[in-house]
Amino acid sequence: MQPTKEDCFIVEGKLALPYQYFAGRTGSRFLIALRDEKKIRGIRCEKCNKVFVPPRSTCERCFSDISQSWVDLEDTGTVTGFTVVRYEEPYQPTKPPYILALIKLDGADTPIAHIIKDIPLTEMKLGLKVKAVFAEKTTSTIMDIDHFRPQEDG
Amino acid sequence: MDQAAIIGVGMTKIEANKAGDTFADMVWEAVNKALDDAGMTINDVDNVVTTSNDFWDGRTISCMAVGDASGARHKNASCVEGDGTFGAFYGLTRALSGDYGTTLVTAHSKGSESISSLITNAAFDPIYERAIGMDMITACAMQATAYLDRTGTTPDQLAMVSVKNHGNAKQNPLAQLPMDLTVDDVLKSEMLSDPLHKLDCSPVSDGCCAIIIANQARASKYSGRPVWIKGVSFCSDSYFLGDRDLARAPSLAQAAQSAFAMAGIKDPATEIDVAELYDAFTYQELMWLEAMGLCEDGKAGSRLESGDFHRNGRLPVNPSGGLLSGHPVIAAGLIRIAEIVKQLRGEAGGYQIPDARRGVAQGVNGLCGQSHCVWVLDRDNQEKEIG
Ligand SMILES: [Zn+2]
Repeated sequence: MQPTKEDCFIVEGKLALPYQYFAGRTGSRFLIALRDEKKIRGIRCEKCNKVFVPPRSTCERCFSDISQSWVDLEDTGTVTGFTVVRYEEPYQPTKPPYILALIKLDGADTPIAHIIKDIPLTEMKLGLKVKAVFAEKTTSTIMDIDHFRPQEDG
Repeated sequence: MDQAAIIGVGMTKIEANKAGDTFADMVWEAVNKALDDAGMTINDVDNVVTTSNDFWDGRTISCMAVGDASGARHKNASCVEGDGTFGAFYGLTRALSGDYGTTLVTAHSKGSESISSLITNAAFDPIYERAIGMDMITACAMQATAYLDRTGTTPDQLAMVSVKNHGNAKQNPLAQLPMDLTVDDVLKSEMLSDPLHKLDCSPVSDGCCAIIIANQARASKYSGRPVWIKGVSFCSDSYFLGDRDLARAPSLAQAAQSAFAMAGIKDPATEIDVAELYDAFTYQELMWLEAMGLCEDGKAGSRLESGDFHRNGRLPVNPSGGLLSGHPVIAAGLIRIAEIVKQLRGEAGGYQIPDARRGVAQGVNGLCGQSHCVWVLDRDNQEKEIG
């Protein structure tokens, strides 16, 4: 017999799952430099001639250990992908509408994802030159880069 | 490779909320339909692969909650976390190993029980990406921007994918969202994350699919009509979006090339009769078509406009309505396989492609198409005919 809706109980639940994510030895050094020096660091694979950010201790392209080849990156870069987020979710860092973007930092080969502020939504475009704005108060997370904004001469 | 076939498929209806069904109820329905379809009993199943995801199921070791309904008790049962096509790949290798003649593969999820965006946000890297609010829709919107920019594909052309697939779903009694739409309806639907409107995105869905794979010795032992697996491949790309060329899908290109080569297909664009692709978003159907070599690079939008991918076109794509018309995560790729099986058996009813002989199904796992699994299926086993 097909159950009627009245027969169907919904038991409310919630998975509350605290978790302590180790940033990794490489990730830790990245976050420390960001927190203490307001510096964004990447890692270079000499063999592949690529600078990766976020940094990682191994290169998946040539399968080698690259954990010691740190390079300082600029806090400026170019937008290679973006969207204007228009719906609201509890995990968002700011109220929509806001801009999420992939930003290739000067000196890096792989773009990182972050948010862009201080630009009218309608003026947002691929290729925009942006600059990092660091958070006034550190949280020892990636949000020590508060956001990116357009470069004055960009 | 040795020959293997799909000898039975079973699907539940895809719905927004299967309030009267547990995961196990859905699996029970799909498994029994697949067994009936194959003319088998559960005793003819040598081993079982279930496919599920712990976050979507709201429990750890989620596969174990459907073992009873998939007849896995006292059998070799194993679980795959990922799309159903990946579970089927594993099931196929087991059937080909010689240790098992038949494998039952199931895939299920109930999107209605959770909040999808919270789960897809948790798929992003916890150190670098979660805090900026990434989730499946926003990440795919960035990919869509990059794809449109590279190829010149237009938002109107994306909307046409939605119009086509929701229209196709009107003939599919198992589809969740059969709809008569216009391009304007899609473009006027809520903008979720530029350039993706609500009707550019697949819905949250509940559903389950089961298929039975048999090796050559067992494939013709039952009353079900085998559909032959001629080529299969899967391939993964980097995890971080920034490490990939987001406007292209090189891992899909590689998976497709190797699956088509295995099947002896030289020009998939002309040799494939029907395709069921992973259109989680409108732009993806076009992007995947190009990456798979089913259409020239950058031309899928204009080919769609000229009708090539409609049910009566040169290469019908997603005649079932695709994911845009119903997207039970995990099950979605296995449903693509089952839909191609129906087409090649001539059992697709109102959305049957006349005389479909060869078809391709695609499954995706990961963000923005990180990994792809491609299946080339054939109505006939040519090797057997020649031999
Ligand atoms: Zn390298």
